Amino acid sequence: MSFINYASREINCKIVYYGPGLCGKTTNLQFVYNKTAPEAKGKMISLATETERTLFFDFLPLALGEIKGFKTRFHLYTVPGQVFYDASRKLILKGVDGVVFVADSQEERIDANIESLDNLNINLKEQGYDLNRLPFVVQYNKRDLPNIVSVEELRRELNPANVPDFEACATTGEGVFETLKAIAKLILIDLKKGK
Amino acid sequence: MPSPQMVMYEDEYKKINHIIEKLLREANSKVIFLVDKNGQLISGVGETERFDTTSLASLTAGNIAATGGLAKLIGEKEFSILFHEGEKDNLHISIVGGRVILVVLFDSRSSLGLVRLRVKKASEELTAIFDGLLKRAEEKEKSSDSEFPFAEITDDDIDNLFR
Repeated sequence: MSFINYASREINCKIVYYGPGLCGKTTNLQFVYNKTAPEAKGKMISLATETERTLFFDFLPLALGEIKGFKTRFHLYTVPGQVFYDASRKLILKGVDGVVFVADSQEERIDANIESLDNLNINLKEQGYDLNRLPFVVQYNKRDLPNIVSVEELRRELNPANVPDFEACATTGEGVFETLKAIAKLILIDLKKGK
Repeated sequence: MPSPQMVMYEDEYKKINHIIEKLLREANSKVIFLVDKNGQLISGVGETERFDTTSLASLTAGNIAATGGLAKLIGEKEFSILFHEGEKDNLHISIVGGRVILVVLFDSRSSLGLVRLRVKKASEELTAIFDGLLKRAEEKEKSSDSEFPFAEITDDDIDNLFR
């Protein structure tokens, strides 16, 4: 749930990047961090193992600017993608305003994508959310690799509801900001409706 | 359903700051933060400029969420107090009114006993205010009153954020 502070005239929203292990969630955040002006970002926190696998979450606060005199802040979180960290993933989804599903476009990861999306649905339901009613975008990552599935097939498997989706290569940054803009926009439109 | 939208108004904000400023003095502490369970900083008093408050808020909420998960695993509802002892500084973290996290940072000029005692009293006062805020938010939601600042937001406003 977003937090509106009339006293400090701020509005805070929480975006969670979800997806299977090694799909590039952390890389998305790192690219956003590297390309954002210092005054618009806070410190990026990564709670990761020694081998740089996300253990609990990555966190990146962004201040985008003002709308109607309110400072608009987005808090970006990633979940740990590895299957056995499910308990941690549930915790991070608490209070979420919008979800980005990062899919790994490689052929051998198609099952992992589907499993992770199912897991997202289940974990959201447990908290009383419905993915169909939550701001949601899909990113097909790693489009630069040779052994990838076509976007049409990925769309069929992972985006039946036809939410905004983007092709990306998070290491070079292609599609990263497009994805972020899309989810931020959906969240603000949702806020506009006043829930 | 997920808990309703958290909204903070000027009046309550002042009252809350008054209470935690008093707690800061009475508990001889260095800094006090109030954090939403979702990781958003509500307010902070004391030597706040020395800290990265946004990160602190998000990690505190992560910490509370993780220990809450542990509590459930062993059949507890939650662990309402956490205490982290450092070489110089210590953190006393507690849950207020089931929804908000109160973080007190203190050093050897204070003690765990004193902090616990003062936090208990301040928590009662804070709970009353947050209960009131929640009620107000629920009533607003029912009456669908739109003094909400984002009701009139345009597509241009949103696009401007990304220039």
